[in-house]
This record gives sequence, C-alpha cells and structure tokens, in this order.
Amino acid sequence: MELLINLLINGLATGMLIFLLAAGLTLIFGLMDVLNFAHGGLFAWGAFSGVWFYGVTNSFTLAILGAILTGVILGFITEKLIITPVYGNHVQQILITLGFMIVLSEMLKVVFGPNQLAAKTPPLLSGSWEIGDVIIIKYRLFIIIIGFIVFGVFQFILKRTKIGLVVRAGVMNKEMVQALGINIKQVFLYVFMAGAGLAALSGVLMAPYSGVIYAEMGMEFAILAFIVVVIGGMGSFPGSLLAAILVGLAGSFMAYYVPALSLAVNMMLMAIVLIFRPQGLFTAKG
Amino acid sequence: MEPILRTENLTIKFGGQTAVDNVNFEVPEKHFKSIIGPNGAGKTTFFNLISGELKATSGDVFFRGESLSGKSSVARTRKGIGRSFQITNVFPNLTVIENVRLAVQSKEKIRYQFFRHFASYKDLHIQAERLLEIVLLTSKANAFATQLSHGEKRKLEIAMLLALDTEVLLLDEPTAGMSLEEVPAILDVIKQIKQTGERTILLIEHKMDMIMDLSDSIMVLFNGRLLADGTPKEIMDNETVQHAYLGGLYDEHLA
Repeated sequence: MELLINLLINGLATGMLIFLLAAGLTLIFGLMDVLNFAHGGLFAWGAFSGVWFYGVTNSFTLAILGAILTGVILGFITEKLIITPVYGNHVQQILITLGFMIVLSEMLKVVFGPNQLAAKTPPLLSGSWEIGDVIIIKYRLFIIIIGFIVFGVFQFILKRTKIGLVVRAGVMNKEMVQALGINIKQVFLYVFMAGAGLAALSGVLMAPYSGVIYAEMGMEFAILAFIVVVIGGMGSFPGSLLAAILVGLAGSFMAYYVPALSLAVNMMLMAIVLIFRPQGLFTAKG
Repeated sequence: MEPILRTENLTIKFGGQTAVDNVNFEVPEKHFKSIIGPNGAGKTTFFNLISGELKATSGDVFFRGESLSGKSSVARTRKGIGRSFQITNVFPNLTVIENVRLAVQSKEKIRYQFFRHFASYKDLHIQAERLLEIVLLTSKANAFATQLSHGEKRKLEIAMLLALDTEVLLLDEPTAGMSLEEVPAILDVIKQIKQTGERTILLIEHKMDMIMDLSDSIMVLFNGRLLADGTPKEIMDNETVQHAYLGGLYDEHLA
C-alpha cells in the first residue's frame, strides 16, 4: 500500500511537469496549427535561468518568476522571428523549430557553460513527511499542487474570459474567427508567450526534482510532451492534463515493476490511443 | 445621394472562365436588394468579391464612395460589410450564447481588458441575449451549437452576423438546405431585420415568393453578367429575364 502511494505521488509529480510542458504545446498546435519542436528549448532555458536566478537571489519564488519571465520573453522572440514566417507550412515549421531548438541548447552552453549544473531544492521544500510507512517528498507534492493550480487558472481563463473564448473558438475554426474581424494573429502571439512561460515554469520546477540540469534536457523531455499532446487530443487542455498524468503514472509504475519496459511504455500508450482513438482522448477541434 | 455600396466594372476570371463579368451596380442605404439567377450565374462569387474573400481581376467595390480594393475581408467587416455563409459555419463545441458573444466581442479591439472576467461584461451577455431573441433562439441559449437543427444553425449564423453590427448585410441563401417547416421562421427573422429599417440588405435566394415579398429591388445575374436590375414588378415583366429562366438563353450558351 505504502509503495503504491509512493509510486502514485512520483508519477503524479512527473506527470504535472510533463503537463506544464505539454499544455503550451497543445494550445500552440491546436490554435495556431504550429508544430513547435523548439518547445523543449524553452523548457531548458526555464531550468537554467531559474537555477541562475535562485543562485543570485536565493529566493525560489523569484527564481520561478524569473524563469517564467525568461520563457515569456523568449516566446515573444521565437514567435516573431521563427514562427511568423512559416505559418501554414508544417515542413518548414519542423525544420526551422528543430534548428532553433539546437540554437537554444547551444546558447545555453555559451551563456552558462558546457557542463551540467547542480540544482538545489529550496530548504523549505526539502525533506519529506513520514506518515506511517508512507514517505511523502515535500517537493513532489509541491509540484503536484502547482500543476493543479496552473490547470485551474488556465481553465478559468479559457472558460471565463473573452480571450479564452477566442482561443477555444480559434482551436475549432480559426478562419471563422478571423471572418468575425478578430485579430487572431495577436491572440497567437499571446498564446505562444503563455505556452513558452509554462514550458519555462516546467523547466524551473524540474531542476530541483532531477538535481542536475544540462542543455539537452529539453530535447529529451519534449518528446514526452509530444506524446502527451497526441494522447490527450491536439488542442485540448484537459486532455493534456489527463494524458500527462497517465504518462507520468505509467512511467512510475513500470519503472518499479517492469523496469525493462519503462522507456517503451509511453510509446505503447501512444500506439494504443492512436489505434483505438486516433483523435486523442479529448477532441477540441470542431 | 451617394449609394452605400457600388461596384464598377467588377470582374473576376478563373483561368479562362469569367465568373463575374463587368458588373456595375449600386444600392442605396437601407435598401433591400435581392440577387437572383440560375445556378452558376456568379451570385456567390459576386458576394465574395464584395466581402473581400476573393480578389477582383479588374474593377472595384466602393463602400460609401471609398474604394475597397486591397482591403481584406476582416477590414471590410470592420468597415461595415457583414456576410453570412452559405455553408453552416458556427463553432460546434461552443454554446449558442457563446457563439453570439464571440461575435459581439469581436467588434472590440483586443486589449488588456480582454483578460477580465466575463461577469464584468454583463452588457456583452445582454446584447447576445437580445440577438437570440431576434432570431427566436432564446430557448437554446445554453445548448451546444452542434446540437442544433440545420434551421436553428442558420438562425444562429444570422444572430452572429447581426452581432457584428454592420450597416450592410450580405445574406447568401439563408434558407438553403432547410426543411419547408423551418423556412417561415427564417423569413420572419429577415422581415424583422428589415422592419427595424437600420440595415442595407443584399439577399441571394431561390425562393421567388420570398424575394417578391421582401425586396425593394432585384438584380438578375446570368453567366456572370448583370442581366437586369429593377423593382420586383419590372423584373417579373422583363422578357429577357423570363427568357433566361425559361431556358432560352441557357440553350444558346450551352449549345
């Protein structure tokens, strides 16, 4: 029983980090029809800038805010410079965003040096609670809580605000939104910046979780996020939460019970979903 | 008085085919004009040229005397030309009221206030509700658009078009694909819009009784050309028009 709870918390924490990364990806794909392979780069920049801010300010709150700000600014630059010229052309998007992903990774080495960096857990969130035989690592619980808060905030924005309505409608049919006279390009930019901010948040939270950060971490983690987007349904926010939790839990349980399969399980999940429900668990497109 | 909408030698060619051929027409403000013609006469293409979905090969469209050449459909909507769509084109997974609200809010520019909570936008909601009343859809406000019947979807489209609050309305076959029982309700809606006397309306329709009932004037398109333009009575009495509809010209052109 204790083991199950521990595996559950592990899986949920990993799932939440993937969710934060996938949430931006799914909205960017669903609304803007853009395949953004540079998303992992924004994630890695979030991790590095967060560790840097933490080192300088000694405040984890400021580190989180600094990382998000870095992500949002990078998102702005990426959308304007890299994405805008290739709207509507998937092949070009894949090529240029993959290229930009490499640029982002290499720039990390230029700015922060080529070596791995150690990331500390803030003292307040270090350690664990023991309840009976169940060990709850504080930082993991913290990640889970942040994940649910972010989900709640974004659901609120999507369901209850004017821009949320435009985004939801845009995911269904962006030509029609434009026909109404709404400047959807501007909404694209906002969504891209928000997605980049979420990726950076995921990165800064990931750093103490894994203990070390390195320039290629974005590439590795982004693959999981892509799997989540496919499983959850492209453009669906709740879908990406559910799928991320699923992927997180599957990884956590498999790693314990069938370690040999722990890397394959996500691909298997995706294959099963693609066979039986190719549109993903949720559908956002109209 | 300057007509609200005018075209000058409006022409569009697709390859060798001239779909709209040198059409000159004008419509005064708050006028109700219908456009008729056999299938393939270029009626919808003519609308697309006015609304900016298609770019004219030559000629121009003028709104209140101002050339619209080079203006996007979005820019034209903002200026005051709103267009309904022939294909049912609403947001399926939004509720009926959300669909209308989206159209209402589209009039505003996107700014920071965009992020405010909807409850503070009571007037938006009230406007949307009022429009649903006009198109007789109040009882379906919280249904998802995908659950509506075809006729109800057409009503929703009209509500969204009205929400754009444009001076000119381009209605492209609002009764297309409707069951006979649904037609009178749409007719009532259009009559109601006409009676408010605030809008200039251009209507493409095949149902002649409806056209005779509503129109101040009728123009006839045939093979992309303007065949006739006049009051309903003049059009009915026009021999060329009768000829065209009876098939005489068809034969000549198709032979």
